[in-house]
Amino acid sequence: MEYFDTFVSILGSAIRLSIPLLFTALAGLFSERAGIFDIGLEGKMLASAFAAACVAYWTGNAWAGLGAGILISIIFSLLHGFASITNRGNQIVSGVALNFVAAGLTIVLGQAWFNQGGRTGQVPPEGRFSGIILPGADMMREVPIIGPLYANVISGNNILTYIAFLMVPISWWVLYRTRFGLRLRAVGENPGAVDTAGVSVVWLRYRALIVTGFLAGFAGTYLSIAQSAAFINNMSAGKGYIALAALIFAKWKPVPVMFACLLFGFLDAFANFMQGKSMPLIGEVPVQIFQALPYILTCVLLAGFIGVARPPKAGGVAYTKER
Amino acid sequence: MSTASVPLPGWISYGVIPLLNLILAFFFSGLVVWAIGENPFEALKFLIEGALGRGDAIGFTLFYATSFIFTGLSVAVAFHAGLFNIGSEGQAYVGGLGAALVALSLDHYVPWYVTMPFAVIGAAIFGAAWAFIPAWLQAKRGSHIVITTIMFNFIGAALMVYLLVNVFIVPGKMAPETRTFLAGGQLPKLDWLMALFGLKLGPAPFNVSFIIALVMCYLVWLLIWRTKLGYEMRTLGISPTAAVYAGIPYVRTVIIAMLISGGLAGMMSLNAVMGASARLQVEFVAGAGFVGIAVSLMGRSHPVGIIFAAILFGILYQGGADLSFEMPNITRDMIVVIQGLVIFFAGALEYMLRPAMVRLYQTARGK
Repeated sequence: MEYFDTFVSILGSAIRLSIPLLFTALAGLFSERAGIFDIGLEGKMLASAFAAACVAYWTGNAWAGLGAGILISIIFSLLHGFASITNRGNQIVSGVALNFVAAGLTIVLGQAWFNQGGRTGQVPPEGRFSGIILPGADMMREVPIIGPLYANVISGNNILTYIAFLMVPISWWVLYRTRFGLRLRAVGENPGAVDTAGVSVVWLRYRALIVTGFLAGFAGTYLSIAQSAAFINNMSAGKGYIALAALIFAKWKPVPVMFACLLFGFLDAFANFMQGKSMPLIGEVPVQIFQALPYILTCVLLAGFIGVARPPKAGGVAYTKER
Repeated sequence: MSTASVPLPGWISYGVIPLLNLILAFFFSGLVVWAIGENPFEALKFLIEGALGRGDAIGFTLFYATSFIFTGLSVAVAFHAGLFNIGSEGQAYVGGLGAALVALSLDHYVPWYVTMPFAVIGAAIFGAAWAFIPAWLQAKRGSHIVITTIMFNFIGAALMVYLLVNVFIVPGKMAPETRTFLAGGQLPKLDWLMALFGLKLGPAPFNVSFIIALVMCYLVWLLIWRTKLGYEMRTLGISPTAAVYAGIPYVRTVIIAMLISGGLAGMMSLNAVMGASARLQVEFVAGAGFVGIAVSLMGRSHPVGIIFAAILFGILYQGGADLSFEMPNITRDMIVVIQGLVIFFAGALEYMLRPAMVRLYQTARGK
């Protein structure tokens, strides 16, 4: 039973660690399927984490924090669109630039406003998203196997966690069952055809980026006012890139994105758990291996050794109407 | 007719437009400073004084610029071949391993000028090796080089932390770093060069790698504009299909371009590891690889432009430290904001001003 308890606790923390990845990877899904590469996911996550923490600190309202996080993330998305859609700039360069702006600005403003070395103030409990105990969690705890799973893994998470998992079928439905989704996928494969059909490529791509900003805003908010109670310097710590890796690992499809994020979250949780412990037969495994594993796996996948990861055809190329 | 196809003279494309973009970037940086409640002009004054006011300040500025020249060249070489190498950061980090291994094994036996050429080769080989797999994946398997180099930055960081914590750490010490190199493994400072201008270097770690960097600038210029390989790389960068049609081997050119790029990034470690700290430390690259992106974009991927852009960023990095001391409200991370804005305006929005400039130019010429 001891092993099972450990397993349940790792699973619980895997879910908590995979939520920001899930929001961000779904965010990236919309822009990349529309043909806009987004290296700037990391920056959006960081900027929205900062905005959410600030507003939640000032208002004491978690939902206001979420709103601010989403707003700032959409603004970053629109800047990316302005550079890469309207001005046909290089999408990678634009994403890299916005990541730096976010990384620098959050610290500069944080220091100027809070004077705590880049931290924001401690957000009061009512300004945070705290865990929700699902009905019957305490009663179920005694039931073997299912009980601990229900009580510790499914119940006790905050509302954003449930929203994240809800976003998976919603994203799928939007992408594959609506007119907007069909056109969005088309514009990522062949913008010329979409243009010929009389649909504005520019407006469609902007809308995709707004969705991206919207979802990435949840990710940042989750980091600063659900997982912790303040913004900390560079708190996204490369999660945006892991989410990008998860998106590629999932071959740009919503449901696989969820599994990829859970896998990477699990690796993260497992690495935390394994720190300083030794495994049977192998001995102590360096924690860095687990940290590097998501990236290694993604490279192996990209190399075409586990199926083929085929990105949207028109990705990374600005659309120019014929002259 | 669309303005995109109108040719503009070189002095507008390579002079006026980049300068205007730079001014825009600094304008918005000034807005940020103003929003915090400080005077942007005063901040600029502190920044420039802090970077150029004293001999040791200039030494630090040039020390930073040296690193940025290497990483800027690294990004530029790949860029000429149409490859966007975001991995200079990781390549420089792993390159440090090469430099450190050479320094650690030779410093007991030979003076620095014997160690140096081996260290240059060591750093370049390790940096190039770290670029090899992404290059091979791009060339052979079509994996996007941007993604793979990002992944390799993280893998490299994990690898280096592992090596420093578990292999190179000095027994009994807490800090994850190698032992300090003896004089035979250090690159000497350029105090004599500063003395020529009547300046005292003081504690600034401005060292011989600056000269190596300038030599590399010349070699890169030679490579890109005066050799067959450089011609092939540029052709590939402008039009891959035309290059392949002309019989330029795609796989070979991509891999060689990335190896050179990685090697140049790796050499950045000479400056930081052998020139300044005299030991290999965790995170010694400290973002220089990413600054290389800004430097290369601003310098239009030309070695001369890269030297100027690298010095500008050297000023920002050194002056930024002084600025945060004078104005505690502005942290050193302000330079990251400026760096981001420079990349945004000089890189992503490079075409924004073009239509307006074309109209202005046409009106001025009376068309």
